[in-house]
Amino acid sequence: MKSTHRAAEPVDEAGPGPQNESNDRALVEARGLTKRFGEFVAVDAINFSIRRGEAFGFLGPNGAGKTSTMRMIAAVSPVTEGRLEVFGTDPATHGAEIRARLGVVPQSDTLDTELTVFENVYIYGRYFGLPGEVLRPRISELLEFVQLAERGDSKVEPLSGGMKRRLTIARALVNEPDLLVLDEPTTGLDPQARHALWDRLYRLKQRGVTLIITTHYMDEAEQLCDRLVVMDQAKIVAEGSPTDLIARYSTREVVELRFPVGVQERIGDRLDGLATRSEVLPDRVLLYTDDGDRTTAEITRRELAPESTVVRRSTLEDVFLRLTGRTLVD
Amino acid sequence: MSAQSLGLRVIPAAVFGRRARSVLERNLFVYKHIWIILFSGFFEPLFYLFAARVGLGQLVGDVRNGSGERIDYAAFVAPALLAASAMNGAVYESTMNIFFKLRYAKVYDGMLATPLGPFDIALGEIGWSLIRGALYAVGFIVVMWVAGLLQSPLAVLGLPAALLIGFAFAGAGMAATSFMRSWQDFDLVNLAILVLFLFSATFYPLSVYPPWLQLVAQLSPLYHGVVLIRSFTLGTLELTLLWHALFLAAMGSVGLAVSAFRLRKLLTP
Ligand SMILES: Nc1ncnc2c1ncn2[C@@H]1O[C@H](COP(=O)(O)OP(=O)(O)O)[C@@H](O)[C@H]1O
Ligand SMILES: [Mg+2]
Repeated sequence: MKSTHRAAEPVDEAGPGPQNESNDRALVEARGLTKRFGEFVAVDAINFSIRRGEAFGFLGPNGAGKTSTMRMIAAVSPVTEGRLEVFGTDPATHGAEIRARLGVVPQSDTLDTELTVFENVYIYGRYFGLPGEVLRPRISELLEFVQLAERGDSKVEPLSGGMKRRLTIARALVNEPDLLVLDEPTTGLDPQARHALWDRLYRLKQRGVTLIITTHYMDEAEQLCDRLVVMDQAKIVAEGSPTDLIARYSTREVVELRFPVGVQERIGDRLDGLATRSEVLPDRVLLYTDDGDRTTAEITRRELAPESTVVRRSTLEDVFLRLTGRTLVD
Repeated sequence: MSAQSLGLRVIPAAVFGRRARSVLERNLFVYKHIWIILFSGFFEPLFYLFAARVGLGQLVGDVRNGSGERIDYAAFVAPALLAASAMNGAVYESTMNIFFKLRYAKVYDGMLATPLGPFDIALGEIGWSLIRGALYAVGFIVVMWVAGLLQSPLAVLGLPAALLIGFAFAGAGMAATSFMRSWQDFDLVNLAILVLFLFSATFYPLSVYPPWLQLVAQLSPLYHGVVLIRSFTLGTLELTLLWHALFLAAMGSVGLAVSAFRLRKLLTP
């Protein structure tokens, strides 16, 4: 392979160049996008559009259809119905070109357990047609970036969950993708590993890499995403920036009350008028209010005697609860 | 669309070839760590050859070839063992190993996220399998040469013949593997390989069979491989060899097509 070979594949160069992709055009555009497995509808006529340089989130519980959507965007799963454009082209006809410009961190790791850490990234780069002399220095940088520089010769097996995830990210970056798709990047990681990973993703975003992230963690969505859609049961139920969504669907603050066993059931109408809106969950009561202190004062005055009272900011979890009547993680 | 992209669409074979090469390269990397495993498949036919030479050969004496000439038993059996080792190498690689990569290691899921497609993967894996078969073949040809069992310079054609056998069995092996549900299913593969090994004119000429059984044996891909290689090492060229070669090439091609189709169905739902 020649050293003049810049791009991943000749197909890549032949694909949609920047010329048919002006800045205002969406990097990913979906209209009525639908995925069915037999009769089962996994993604039901959703619309969204993702702009260059933003971090775009798909927030939703398990089974919402996030992975199915990611796989269609990544041109590995055919679209059943509707229109999908990635880099301005159709994944059905330009799959290889799209994948050449994409980095993918799949929901479950697909690292090559028969290869070392370094070899994993190297061979992955070879799948993109990148020559060795381009890959070797690039891989050093990438392993440095994901804090695995010392583990280059290690096998994959002994790595921790967080390390494997970071290696998958390094691998996904080997072709210098225009778009990085991350499907539940931190699920199953401990808090420390999650924060380490968020930090890397944040840096990528600062470098101008467009990110698509799916998650069922509302804090992850709030931390990382400029804009997101809330997905539930194959549909998009809301769209906007985290602050937008909270302002639109929730109040500024939430008072969480826990009652001794049996009390919550007998509380009846004694919560009326305490807040803009209330939500009675099996284990607690949520009061949506713009002034948490006033609400707690009123609770004390009414002698409701909860076991605990917590005042907190509204989150995307509350937005989800409001929109679907259910919690995100059960 | 640029002229270049048009060109690439017209000659996709070049692109497939280039992409499939990276799949080969991946396997080379893997075997860098475990190259010793490669030897296992080499010794098996060697032991058979030893048995044929010092054991059976003493009892059996010579056999007659198609034109009635007498030939040393070891010289008769050795090309068949060469064909069998090409088969074994290809089958080892294209069954168990591919099953592991497909169902457990998710190696192909990783590949499919890159520009590689199902056809590239099938081509690369089958290519690697037949290379493994060819490696055994080369080793075995050298042993035959040293043992004085090559009776014609045409024997060098044994190598392309072994590649063809490898292609046929790697294609069929990978295609069959894509339908397998559990490790138990591989008992069937082993049984099939054993039956082919024993009854494909390996240890005796087909003429010992009644006519109907001779017809059945024609269905054995290994039989076609044995005839090819035996003709080369004994130096008896015939036009009918083309038919045997064609049979193997067709079998490999169908296997390749089925493998690619199945990968697409299984991995990109
Ligand atoms: N290959 C498949 N065949 C059949 N059903 C599937 C397949 N993949 C996903 N599903 C179903 O589609 C729904 C959405 O799944 P998925 O997209 O994985 O959701 P999420 O990623 O949001 O958890 C689930 O009910 C899942 O069982
Ligand atoms: Mg998922």
